[in-house]
Amino acid sequence: MFDRRSLTPWTPWLFMAPALLLFAGYVVWPIAQSIWLSLHAWDGLGAKTWVGVDNYAEMWEDEQIATAVYNNIWWLVCYLLAPVMGLALALFLNQQVRGIRLAKSLFFFPFVINLVVVGLVFRWFYDPSYGPLNALLGVFDIAPTSFLADEDTATFSVIAAGLWPQTAYCMLIYLAGLAGMDGEVLEAARIDGARGARMLRHVILPQLRPATFIVVVVTVVGALRSFDLIAIMTEGGPYGTSTVLAWEMYEQALFSYRMGYGAAIAVLLFIVMDFYIAWFLWRLARRER
Amino acid sequence: MFPSPITKPHARFAYHGLLWFALVLWLLPLAAVLLTSVRTAADIAAANYWSWPTETAALENYRSIFVEANLLRYFFNSVLITLPAVFFALLFSSLAGYALAAFNFRANFLVYAMFIAGNFIPFQILMIPVRDFSLQLGLYDTKTGLAIFHVAFQTGFCAFFLRGFIRELPREMFEAARAEGVAEWRIYWHIVLPLILPALAALAVLVFTFIWNDFFWGLILAPDADARPITVGLQALKGTFRAQWHLLSAGSVIAALPPVLLFFMLQKHFISGLTMGATKG
Repeated sequence: MFDRRSLTPWTPWLFMAPALLLFAGYVVWPIAQSIWLSLHAWDGLGAKTWVGVDNYAEMWEDEQIATAVYNNIWWLVCYLLAPVMGLALALFLNQQVRGIRLAKSLFFFPFVINLVVVGLVFRWFYDPSYGPLNALLGVFDIAPTSFLADEDTATFSVIAAGLWPQTAYCMLIYLAGLAGMDGEVLEAARIDGARGARMLRHVILPQLRPATFIVVVVTVVGALRSFDLIAIMTEGGPYGTSTVLAWEMYEQALFSYRMGYGAAIAVLLFIVMDFYIAWFLWRLARRER
Repeated sequence: MFPSPITKPHARFAYHGLLWFALVLWLLPLAAVLLTSVRTAADIAAANYWSWPTETAALENYRSIFVEANLLRYFFNSVLITLPAVFFALLFSSLAGYALAAFNFRANFLVYAMFIAGNFIPFQILMIPVRDFSLQLGLYDTKTGLAIFHVAFQTGFCAFFLRGFIRELPREMFEAARAEGVAEWRIYWHIVLPLILPALAALAVLVFTFIWNDFFWGLILAPDADARPITVGLQALKGTFRAQWHLLSAGSVIAALPPVLLFFMLQKHFISGLTMGATKG
């Protein structure tokens, strides 16, 4: 493109130097170190002992890890409700009436709030003695339940809290997708007699493909990253039944002083994500051509 | 538009009713928190959630959260971490984004792909090594250490975003400047930067929110009271103020406020940043 002689080959590298140095030091190199560490036993202070794949072998047997993986799958499955609800909300809000702009931004509002606050709000919401949810259930004569302390409800109660901001995000992306839609295509489809659900399925959804792609990508990453809400709401409890891989790793490394084992859990999470990243980059590379 | 616009007057009326009803339900938890933050402890024990507070304790609640619970300090920690981090993330990523958008070199797509992949990485894979060398470099439990990490991590995302934006600019502009013999850094500074200001504004709002709302890295790199950001401070209050929901609510309101204000003030930028790519691709 530019082949002037004064443009030395390292000019772009000079521009990228600060970003690349930081990225290499804080992202690339730590990944390599974590993988290396996962083959060791280490308490964080003393010497590291080489243990080969022992950490991975132990993980395979560890019931706590099995619970974490199982819960992670539930997170993933339930989180995919966010794009569906987000689309429904976006379709509901895609009208031109007075005050709709304000309504849209208020619907989006939960996404702007940090998850520590969301977690606290929902903790209070579920609180067995002071919480509004139990007060509401009390109206119907249902005995108060401690949603976050019950193994059957803990994970789902946390997921429900996470779905709130996640749905808001999906709604926003779909609203942008709906706004950017080609009006002539819609006209043409209407003239051909398409309407309602059929129109949604055959005309609207295909046009919303880019929005759906982004929304699903971000939602899956969010589900696999779930840490904040668990740290605030249950800390993996009761008895470790609401743990996920991200939380388990943190606990093993910083509370049980098992850095090597923690690193192995992180590597597992990383490998899962790698397939996902590869798929994303493949799609992107295809588009660039 | 899809669905078709509602035109009949009574249908519009019904839609309006439904709209605001749904909105109230959607925001109920937040309204409850706002209300709770000015209640007295007695009011909460009496399980008055939805009633108007019989007597307000706004001043007392917010005072004790600011002074006794030290939240004011954590608030300023967050400010001092977030603002410089946003600035440097934008600076470094605009430089890198320019290089990726305006130069053809062999590793171009590789670097670009690396920046994108960085966004998907589970934080846990970075946790132990980053914590470890922060300890070694004396950056552990400092605001600087946490801010540097945020710069490093957000730079990838921003460079990805800005590369896309710079590529949309008319290429002839750089080429003409280059043909005139203008130095590259001048092209970046005098031509590219002014043109990408809207994108930088959008990113600034977005990245501010991301960094402000970060909890995990604060917990890992700056858990101590001197350096901790407000998210970590708030989580610590959870233990101190067990079930004192009026104080926790007041703290939540404070912790949520800056991104919320920024969002309502700079809504256009915020949304244009988030929805980039939602309509094409």
